[in-house]
Amino acid sequence: MGDLGYIAPEIILLIGGLFIFCLDLAYDPGVGKKSGLSYMALSALFLSAALVAAVLQLNISDPEAGPKVAYSMMTIDNFGSFIKVTIFSGMILTTIAGGRYMNRRSGNQGEFWTFFLMVSLAMSIAVSANNLVLVYLAIEFLSITSYMLAGFLRENRRSNEAGLKYFLYGSIASAVMLYGISLLYGATGSLYLHDIAAEFSVIIGEATEVTGLAFAALPAMLLILAGLGFKASLAPFYQWAPDTYDGSPTPVATYLSTASKAAAFAVLARFFIVAMASFEVNWVPVLAAFSIITMTMGNLAALRQTSVKRMIAYSSVAQAGYILMGLVAVTSSSPSAMDGLNGVLLYLFAYLFTNVGAFLVVMALEETVESTHISDYRGLIKRAPWLAVMFTIFLLSLTGIPLTGGFFGKFYVFGAAIQRQYFWLAGIGMINAGIAAFYYLRVVREMYFTSEGEGDTLDVPMALQTSLLICTIVTLWIGVYPSAVIDWVSNASVQLLSVVP
Amino acid sequence: MDSPDSIVLTILLFWPLVAALLVILLGSSDSLIKKGSIWASLLPLGLSIYLLFEYDSGTGGMQFEQVAKWIPQLNAGYHLGVDGLSVPLIFLTTLLSTLSIYYSAGVINERVKEYFFLMHLLEFSMIGVFLALDYVLFYVFWEISLVPMYFLIGIWGGENRGYAATKFFIYTLVGSVAMLLAILGVYFATGTFDIVEAAAAKPFAGNLTLASLAFWGFFFGFAFKVPSFPFHTWLPDAHTEAPTAGSVILAGVLLKLGAYGMLRIMLPSFPEASVYWATWIVGLGAIAIVYGAFVCVAQTDLKRLIAYSSVSHMGYVMLGIGAAAAVMTPDALHGAVNRFGLTEQAIQDSAAMALNGAALQMFNHGIITGALFFLVGIIYERAHSRDLSRFGGLATKTPHFYGLMLTAAFASLGLPGLAGFWAELFTFRGAFAIMPYWAAFGTIGIVITAVYILYRIVQNVFLGEYDPSKLTHWTTVQGEHADGPTDMVGFEKVTMWPLIAAMFLIGIYPTPLVSYFNQSARELLAFVQNLV
Repeated sequence: MGDLGYIAPEIILLIGGLFIFCLDLAYDPGVGKKSGLSYMALSALFLSAALVAAVLQLNISDPEAGPKVAYSMMTIDNFGSFIKVTIFSGMILTTIAGGRYMNRRSGNQGEFWTFFLMVSLAMSIAVSANNLVLVYLAIEFLSITSYMLAGFLRENRRSNEAGLKYFLYGSIASAVMLYGISLLYGATGSLYLHDIAAEFSVIIGEATEVTGLAFAALPAMLLILAGLGFKASLAPFYQWAPDTYDGSPTPVATYLSTASKAAAFAVLARFFIVAMASFEVNWVPVLAAFSIITMTMGNLAALRQTSVKRMIAYSSVAQAGYILMGLVAVTSSSPSAMDGLNGVLLYLFAYLFTNVGAFLVVMALEETVESTHISDYRGLIKRAPWLAVMFTIFLLSLTGIPLTGGFFGKFYVFGAAIQRQYFWLAGIGMINAGIAAFYYLRVVREMYFTSEGEGDTLDVPMALQTSLLICTIVTLWIGVYPSAVIDWVSNASVQLLSVVP
Repeated sequence: MDSPDSIVLTILLFWPLVAALLVILLGSSDSLIKKGSIWASLLPLGLSIYLLFEYDSGTGGMQFEQVAKWIPQLNAGYHLGVDGLSVPLIFLTTLLSTLSIYYSAGVINERVKEYFFLMHLLEFSMIGVFLALDYVLFYVFWEISLVPMYFLIGIWGGENRGYAATKFFIYTLVGSVAMLLAILGVYFATGTFDIVEAAAAKPFAGNLTLASLAFWGFFFGFAFKVPSFPFHTWLPDAHTEAPTAGSVILAGVLLKLGAYGMLRIMLPSFPEASVYWATWIVGLGAIAIVYGAFVCVAQTDLKRLIAYSSVSHMGYVMLGIGAAAAVMTPDALHGAVNRFGLTEQAIQDSAAMALNGAALQMFNHGIITGALFFLVGIIYERAHSRDLSRFGGLATKTPHFYGLMLTAAFASLGLPGLAGFWAELFTFRGAFAIMPYWAAFGTIGIVITAVYILYRIVQNVFLGEYDPSKLTHWTTVQGEHADGPTDMVGFEKVTMWPLIAAMFLIGIYPTPLVSYFNQSARELLAFVQNLV
């Protein structure tokens, strides 16, 4: 199989997407009938196959074995495969839960699930790409499919606004990023991350300050950060995020705030750690500043929200700040058990299941009471006890309370910051944890602290419940016994860090 | 390392969790949940009594240790053990938990399943904190103790419960995260999360700046919980709004977690920083004693008064801990010898005495304030008011209640013959030799305590003429209409008498209890002396 085998997950997704697309063209279910659920099932099937392929690529047995290169532009390593496993898991959970939601709101199911697989494909390529042009193409591919999915509910003005806003911000962000890429190409004559790194280390050599062509790297770095920061919804590039998450169909908002964010962080990590290795002293303070602004802005804005969907949207901006903290504290020179990159990966993994779960609860409420307002969560413990309990677990995990995955995520990124002696960064993270607890608890308060239990018991679809249950189990599993995940995570990050020149 | 009966601690720890899950899964009727919970809570109580007898004070040190792997990548393990400090505190935890569950069975009739689930979960987390000898494990239990208490206050609390519960949660959380950062700092300095090993590895020895940072990180975590002045503002709100059993556990056990952390972690791990900052701890403690007592005098709400009295009484604990910390290292000890002209032995004895006083105060405060909060709950169930100005002359109407309240109040005031006396005597006797001015300042608090106990509680509530027009709406404990105050009924007496008996027992013959504490206090001081 050779190179073709290395890109098996991508091939599966491509075939899946095209298959659903053709099927949709060829097959007419008849007037008034919808075939959304079968497309949903197909799409879940293909995603699962891709997940299996990605898991098989995780080289657990021999982490020292070097990464493999497919068609010279894609690096297949444990880092990429781990992120793919994370992303595909999130997409599968969203797919299963979102089938009925989409079926009731839109007729064009074939297109939706085609795009859904294409989005997964784009993310999958992005996390493996080692060439900046491929990175750009994958990110563009991801963006364009996401614009369409965000605005998919054509009759819904909010959904249109979401799509348009995402598109306007996104097109500028990618243009800016492209400019950064061209600067790097001009300075080094290459688009491959390794070659760029090698070229820069030659140019800089033993010099103590950045001179000559290497100087181009600094603006290029900022421009590319702007482009990727947009995808990862870092402040100050996050303004699109709350509106887009709020207006998009909830399954779309779910993956935008989790899987898409994970992909953006993977690309960011690969770019900074591999290509920009020579400039670590330059990018660490920049990323630290972004981290602080992101978590503080996200949290302060979330405090004021009255829509739970919007609140989680802002909170996921703040969470990106914590994840970035791990990237700031990467110790490429001497990896240790509590390395920043381990923190990023563990946090992403735990965050993905937690936040997908949180969005699915929002979806469940939207399905039954047609609202995302916080007052509709009042007395939820009486109307849907299990839903309330699961939501509480997700909110506690987002707060970072032990026995949930979110705790070990925070534990690792704080640990990495302390290890590098960034006490002030950790201190600001600490204050932010307190602010965040306030608005997460506000929802808990609504759900439990009332004796009234108006309304009927909620009827949550079976598929949604299954997804929620999986999210809950994984969140608790990481919180109680994280040992296995830590092993995967360190295998993944060791391989990325080992290739740093 | 594992002794054959080390499984005892694991059973003690996890049984409440099993009970909590059983409540959720099998609790088909309210009365079944209540009965089952009471029976289930007897096992941890029995095991903690077993520990009291089986713990060998002569040998001392950590006993019943159990070690298992948990997160080997980080060197964080499942390490449990008890010493002379934790054994009595575990007994206190299980005793108050059992009594609270028993009492709650009589008064809680709303959302019963959730309530007893949370009570068991709370007991699980508190026992966990006292048993854990690994930082990660310690932190896990420390944090999850927040969650059930948050819900207990928020669901079964008074009018302003949402505010009080959130305030409680966020204050403690911010303190805990500061502690988490300090824990991580210790980990990177020593390479282990084991509390005992880390202390022996002398984290940050010789680097006072980093040691002080870690010290203050832990201090914030613990001070919010104790709560030390000026971090105490969540406490009156939380107590006033909490349901009776919630207040009892909060005052009786949760506040002790902070002081326990100081003794278990801060003093042995950062001896130099502890010496350096000891005056601050003593000062904050002494201010808390006096300030808390003055604030008590001004209260009009009986429950709030007792809440503030906790601030004052936990100040004794801080005073004792700080005084002992001041002379822990050999250098500090020599300095103290030169200053006071006492022998080294005399100063060390004083330090041990201050530590014993602090530990005794932790235990006694748990018993006494636990009892006081039960009693406030008992009167509130009848009067549906805690306004001091609306009570008066209850002595003749409710003699049994009067007798018990009087005993508990006098114990709280430090009357010889009752439990509170010894703790105050030991603390002040110990502190006086080391920090005479602060100790002298603290004694003002004792006088003011007498004022609020005698004037606000005894006189306002019980003495004088009973005036039916002050408070017209009385009910029985079952909520039926009554013409006036009714005296305590059977289940309330059963709840109260073990606590009252403990007050007398410790008051008359404190030796058995002190011998546990003294053992670990001596060990702590010897450990630090040999370490530096």
